[in-house]
Amino acid sequence: MNWGGAGEFFAMGGYGLYVWGSYAVAVLLMGAEPLLARHRHAEARRAAARADEDETGELR
Amino acid sequence: MDAGLRFFTFASPPRFYALSGALLPWLWAATALFAAAGLYIGFFVAPTDATQGDAYRIIFIHVPAAWMSMLLYLVMAFWAAIGWAFNARLASMVARAIAPTGALFTFLALWTGSFWGKPTWGTWWVWDARLTSELILLFLYLGYMALVTAIDDTRRADQAGALLAIVGAVNVPIIYFSVKWWNTLHQGATISLTAAPKMAQTMLTAMLLMTFAFWAYAFAVVFMRTRSIIIERELHTEWVGALTGRVGGRGSRT
Repeated sequence: MNWGGAGEFFAMGGYGLYVWGSYAVAVLLMGAEPLLARHRHAEARRAAARADEDETGELR
Repeated sequence: MDAGLRFFTFASPPRFYALSGALLPWLWAATALFAAAGLYIGFFVAPTDATQGDAYRIIFIHVPAAWMSMLLYLVMAFWAAIGWAFNARLASMVARAIAPTGALFTFLALWTGSFWGKPTWGTWWVWDARLTSELILLFLYLGYMALVTAIDDTRRADQAGALLAIVGAVNVPIIYFSVKWWNTLHQGATISLTAAPKMAQTMLTAMLLMTFAFWAYAFAVVFMRTRSIIIERELHTEWVGALTGRVGGRGSRT
């Protein structure tokens, strides 16, 4: 175990800004990207379901 | 008929869609497990570095992100080339799906490198060979994405993108060997880092675990994006219709 407590852990030996500044952006981007990808997939599925309605009554 | 034909049949969009959908939960589970293990070892087992203090702990995301940025570019160029040469639809879709994730890892490598450079080199940025060539990699990803979205004709867009991706691939060995070929602030290849053996071992373990996590993450998110592109491009086909309930009653999952 490296740390005496939570305070020491977040201080990162004085390099807190640099270490957490790196990890925060990594977590943010790698959290956002799957959400965006999931949204795009849902949109594509919805558009595909709608393509049905556009086509009712006449074949492409 | 022959093996080549069967390979392309297997790589048909509907099959890929179903297969990747089944793999996704496992890939996310692998991402979470490897990341948890890597971060635990990286922060609680690996000791503080004698010269760099705790600032070195950025390595656990910096090096995996930089590796992924280069690897993904080569994989993207490979599939773009396959898609172009054999007119394989799925390969071109995969190439397009890789680009945003590659750009993300390139940005992360630059960002974390900057946050590591400030405390250790005393500067956020320097125009040296390693950093500059990695920045060019980011521009190549962004250029590829802009190019393929700017051309309306899908096939032409894929071909133009493939050409850019293939030509740009020359940059990857330049990035990798830049620390050998030129005098640079950046340290040499990480994997041959020679520190006190015991310390290097736990650091290396954490770094490799994080690399596996990023690898699983890249597979998962690229699969997700490929699945979207498949639906977008095959909107009017019968199998997509069956998927969304347009054809043959209620829609099926995955």
